Amino acid sequence: MASTTSTPEATRAAPAEPAPKSRGSRRRGPYPYWFLIIPGVIYVVFFVVPTLTSFYFSFTRWDLFTSRWIGLDNYRTFFQEQALVIGLRNTLIYAVLTSGLKVVLGMALAIALTSRIIARGYLRSVIFFPVLVSAIGVGLTFTVLMNPEKGLINNALGHVGVDGPGWLTNPSLALISVALVDVWKGVGLATVIYIAGLVSIAGEYNEAAQVDGASRWQLFRTITLPLVRPATASVITLSLIGGLRSFDLIYAMTKGGPGFASDVIASVIYKQYQAGFYGLSTAGSVVLFLLVTLIVVPLTRWLNRAED
Amino acid sequence: MAVTSSIALVAAGCSAGSLGSSSDAGSAGGSAAAVTITYLIPNDDATAAQTKAVIAAFQAANPGITINTDTRPGGTDGDNIIKTRLATGDMAEVFQYNNGSLLQAIKPEQNLTALDDQPWAGQLDDNFAASSKGTDGKLYGGPIGTAFGGGVLYNIPVYKKLGLEIPKTWDEFMANSKKIKDAGGVDPVEQTYGESWTSQLFVLGDYANVEAAVPDFATKYTANQAGYANTPAALAGFEHIQAVKDAGYLNKDFASATLNDGMKAVATGEAAQYPQLGGSAANIENLAPGKTNDVGMFALPGNDPASNNLTVWPGTSALYIPKSAEGDKLDAAKKFLTFVTTQQGCDAAIQGSPPQGPFLSKACTLPSTVSQVAKDTQAYFDAGHATPALEFKSPVKGPNLEQICIQVGTGQESAAQAAALYDKDVKKQAQQLNLPGWD
Repeated sequence: MASTTSTPEATRAAPAEPAPKSRGSRRRGPYPYWFLIIPGVIYVVFFVVPTLTSFYFSFTRWDLFTSRWIGLDNYRTFFQEQALVIGLRNTLIYAVLTSGLKVVLGMALAIALTSRIIARGYLRSVIFFPVLVSAIGVGLTFTVLMNPEKGLINNALGHVGVDGPGWLTNPSLALISVALVDVWKGVGLATVIYIAGLVSIAGEYNEAAQVDGASRWQLFRTITLPLVRPATASVITLSLIGGLRSFDLIYAMTKGGPGFASDVIASVIYKQYQAGFYGLSTAGSVVLFLLVTLIVVPLTRWLNRAED
Repeated sequence: MAVTSSIALVAAGCSAGSLGSSSDAGSAGGSAAAVTITYLIPNDDATAAQTKAVIAAFQAANPGITINTDTRPGGTDGDNIIKTRLATGDMAEVFQYNNGSLLQAIKPEQNLTALDDQPWAGQLDDNFAASSKGTDGKLYGGPIGTAFGGGVLYNIPVYKKLGLEIPKTWDEFMANSKKIKDAGGVDPVEQTYGESWTSQLFVLGDYANVEAAVPDFATKYTANQAGYANTPAALAGFEHIQAVKDAGYLNKDFASATLNDGMKAVATGEAAQYPQLGGSAANIENLAPGKTNDVGMFALPGNDPASNNLTVWPGTSALYIPKSAEGDKLDAAKKFLTFVTTQQGCDAAIQGSPPQGPFLSKACTLPSTVSQVAKDTQAYFDAGHATPALEFKSPVKGPNLEQICIQVGTGQESAAQAAALYDKDVKKQAQQLNLPGWD
């Protein structure tokens, strides 16, 4: 269950060891290789060619009309951007913060929602609902709610005598505010993955441990936690990739501001593109691609190896 | 990301283009047959009202020509749409786009129809004409609407009540602000960082003072021989942002307020002074009905009261015809541009969007009753105290100025650091344009 909900990135990165038998029989099956031509052409035209051309254009100064080869200059400029240095740091903070909170909150909610509580089905759908809403819609809504003077959040805080901060306008708070909204929006998916992981744990383990007199905490630490490890691996991988590439929510809520305070790599790339620096923006995309690969591939390897 | 989106746009462009050419062939037969052209405009309310009035007047005078409008977002998103549509040959027959520095980025020589031979070409405001030319010296843009200034919008009743004089130096401006603050109840200076482009006026609007102090700044700046960080007169703009913030003169919601909030505040007297483009004053009647003449405008004060000029924008936009417009459609587009430069066209344009300065075509005169902001702006023009903004004198303009100004305004960077950052920011633009001296 957990593996079916993971994205192509996750499954591609994972070593392909499951179900070798069925794959072997398919190879000798009735479908000839030319069946792969059409998907192959689609893949080459829409994925491989754009990827390779973007590698090429990242070495040029390109204004959509003409391009000129300038070697590594774009990369040099990109790494000298003040916004990028902030963006790089922010990207890592954002990715670690969101995926960490999604793991902790997702597991806690999943445990609560697999126990015998009232309106369990209803609560499950409430938790999952934000996942279905568009990031832009969530972003705009929370921008209004978090407005320091007119927003509902600070008005509510005002009623209990707390002077709410400028959630999105305070440079040191903006990124964290967006990250919290991201967690609110994404924790439902983590919860579902954990629920799947939890219900697949056979009841005998818990019963046996209870007979031996284990406390609730011991049950959690020695049985639940190790056995939901595949679910944890999926949640971390998914939310880390999502966090590293995150753009939509940040752009909808702060546009990377105030100043560059909540810029992440993806928003820096977008801004270069907006400004008409197409080559520079493409170089940024290549940098982001490499960064995600460098972080996620070893991490997935490690998570899956520990699983054995 | 850019690659995939441009491929998608190329695909979309092909189908739309071929549809267009098939209807071309049909209409080419009849000589006086009806022609339909498209006019692409930015999607703000003022432009929409202006366009509606101009098209209605034009179609009444030219029954054979129909003009459809198409809209695009403003700002840099709009720039990209313009560039992509030009690059794919899918541009509307007439489109509105910035002149000045941004014009060079769409390669007018390569993509646009030269308009030097048009009857109105000799009647243009000189600043407008100069900033609507390509690097080859040919004229590519036609005028629409009025010029406007960029300075400080101020609330006249507040100024009167406190007995304040229009400041001509920065010290006088700060003294006025102090009096307003001491009187209480009114924010001395309005800032609206919630809409980030509005943060730049202290720097952009200060250019007239920069040029007064360093007359060859634009030339040296374009050649990478002078920058904001190493020119004290230019650095002053950033220092002013910091000064009003440090003195506590800003409105409380400066970090989240938007342009409309700011315009409303200065029109109703909640705020006394708002550094802003004069063009924004066209919308006051919608935001604060009946308050249009409570708002006046003065130039950003500098060091020397004798040379306190107003920085002006000879239109932020002009009308262009792409090379892809041909035959009947090209003629119709040219007719439309000609109409816009006549008194009839000028009258229609300001009917939709009230004038905030003089017309860009010398063939047009303003009506006798105009807003106070327009009168104040006109006075600077008449006295010869109007200097076009830097973006009309140099193609170099960095994309991040608004964010950098906000960094200063929210206390993240000092003025000096910000100026240095901006000097770095413009380098990319200069390199993209292949200007000499920047590699």
